[in-house]
Amino acid sequence: MENAGPQFRRVARFVSPADRGFAAIVYAGSILFALLIVGLFVELVLGSWPSIVKFGPGFIFSSSWDPITSKFGALPMIFGTVMTSLIAIVLAAFIGIMAAVFLADFAPRWLGQPLSFLIELLAAVPSVVYGLWGLFVLSPFMRTTLGPALQHVLGWTPLFSGPILGVGLLTGGIILALMILPTVTAISRDVIAAIPRDLREASMALGSTKWETAMKVVLPAARVGIFGACVLALGRALGETIAVTMVIGNRPEISSSLFAPSYTLASVIANEFTEATTSIYISALIELGLILFLVSMVVNALARLMIWSVRGSERV
Amino acid sequence: MIRSLRRCCFSLAVVAAMTLPAAAATQLTGAGSSFDYPFFSKAFYVYNQKNPDVTVNYQSIGSGGGIAQFSARNVDFGATDVPMNAGELTRAPGTVLQIPVTLGGAAIAYNLPGVTTMHLTRQVLADIYLGKILKWNDPQIAKLNKGVNLPDMSIVVVHRSDGSGTSYIFTDFLSHVSADWKSKVGTGKSVSWPAPSSVGAKGTEGVAGQVKSTPGAIGYVEMAYVVENNMTAVLLQNKAGKWVACTPDTVAAAAASKPEVSATNFSIVDSAAAGAYPISGYSWVVVYKKPTDRAKELYDVLSWLVGPQGQANAKSVDYVPLPRNVQEAAAATLRQMQR
Repeated sequence: MENAGPQFRRVARFVSPADRGFAAIVYAGSILFALLIVGLFVELVLGSWPSIVKFGPGFIFSSSWDPITSKFGALPMIFGTVMTSLIAIVLAAFIGIMAAVFLADFAPRWLGQPLSFLIELLAAVPSVVYGLWGLFVLSPFMRTTLGPALQHVLGWTPLFSGPILGVGLLTGGIILALMILPTVTAISRDVIAAIPRDLREASMALGSTKWETAMKVVLPAARVGIFGACVLALGRALGETIAVTMVIGNRPEISSSLFAPSYTLASVIANEFTEATTSIYISALIELGLILFLVSMVVNALARLMIWSVRGSERV
Repeated sequence: MIRSLRRCCFSLAVVAAMTLPAAAATQLTGAGSSFDYPFFSKAFYVYNQKNPDVTVNYQSIGSGGGIAQFSARNVDFGATDVPMNAGELTRAPGTVLQIPVTLGGAAIAYNLPGVTTMHLTRQVLADIYLGKILKWNDPQIAKLNKGVNLPDMSIVVVHRSDGSGTSYIFTDFLSHVSADWKSKVGTGKSVSWPAPSSVGAKGTEGVAGQVKSTPGAIGYVEMAYVVENNMTAVLLQNKAGKWVACTPDTVAAAAASKPEVSATNFSIVDSAAAGAYPISGYSWVVVYKKPTDRAKELYDVLSWLVGPQGQANAKSVDYVPLPRNVQEAAAATLRQMQR
């Protein structure tokens, strides 16, 4: 390994100008990307500075959101954002990975290809369409059928107690799950399909059934890629705005019930930014954006840590 | 190769010649209130049919955004549901004229299966939104609706989640009729809604949809929506003690009762006039007294808009035309424009 460095440098001295140019372009692209993130962060901090100075860390722990008296706190929105995304990723990961296994290993060609196409088509549906469907179809269904059924079985837990309005945390989470399902499924299917055939054949040769091969050989081999798909999907769930705004109920309140209305960081910004007039109000809204940025970073970092730990255990 | 290039140049020239007359026409830009948008698109379309050399491009981005764009001089005029306040006026780079352009009312829509008429007093409505009255069969509601079979159902209070002029008018009304509301909540485009079973919905269409799909729901919606969507709305008792529905006539009556309306004294909620609907309000256009550009065209469009011809377009899109006396006051303010 020690020789690799100098050798590489010697090779680098003889590269053609075209190669140099290409390297410069590639470098510039990645630096631009990093600058974009840093610039976004700086801009968010500058914009939210008056609010950071006025409310301090209390902004994150306070539950009141009253534009009239200029009392702002983000706790209910942080809660709503994290909860809806969690519901979404749990539902979408379960269904999406199962669907991916089916598409990659079980589905006959005539069924698998049109199904894959349909799933990818779902990703192209605009979020406002999901939102309208959620408002006019899913939320009445939740109020009349799904909600009461869940309450009948699980009503003894605080999670499923209380009045069912149709809109709320659970409806928001389900809409998000539908929206990120194509991401989870399509990427997981590609990852699973890329697992070498030999592995499957070896497993079958040892006497495993198809089911055992999929669950015990293919999925573990593909887990890092599948995990990546889930992280990507989670990122979309955290920042999704319009569809969630239409079905979450928009109430800045923390409730133990999944049926209760809630609020997300992105929804508040979408709802109130256009009509916010006082400077501290605008600043508080920008600080919500900053918090959303940080929440996404923390979630991504946690996911990265989990991937590393998975990879680490593989080496042992 | 050269021939195709020549053909290309030729077609470019043709396209340029075709678009040239259009480019010579004046384009006015405006931005702001989404409440005004249906009325504006109809009225400006009609104006353009009569004056093909002037087109108006109006962007419905919300009143706050409209004021911001106008203050940055990015648009020729702004439109807002609440007049610009003293602070906003000092931040604007020139003297601002504020002109009332149209009227609106917020109807109280409800969804109670089997109940087709509902009478509410102003105080009871305020108590519902304060969360003091929680059930539809509450004695206070029953007292006003004798003979109506009121269900034992929780009231779901629906409000706008996005900042809106309609919310401003509605909370202004509640502040006028309830001291409790005034001290605990206040008047604004976005407020902290106190009722425990309140739900926020985005846009008038969101509130209308939420009310329609939730039995037991009550919500305030722009008048046009109730008419167009066949929703049942509350008969409200006004200050004079009369039961009134939200109609173009009752909203106009509220406006006509206050001819001296101005940008600093603009509230017409809870009017004392006999036929007036209590939840009514104006929407405004803001222009600079000395526009930097296109002043003549801007003046012509706006004076047409607030005059009888422009206002005649309001009814067809379920908006309320300005009463005669207010039209005249608006025209007088507009004449201060330098053109």
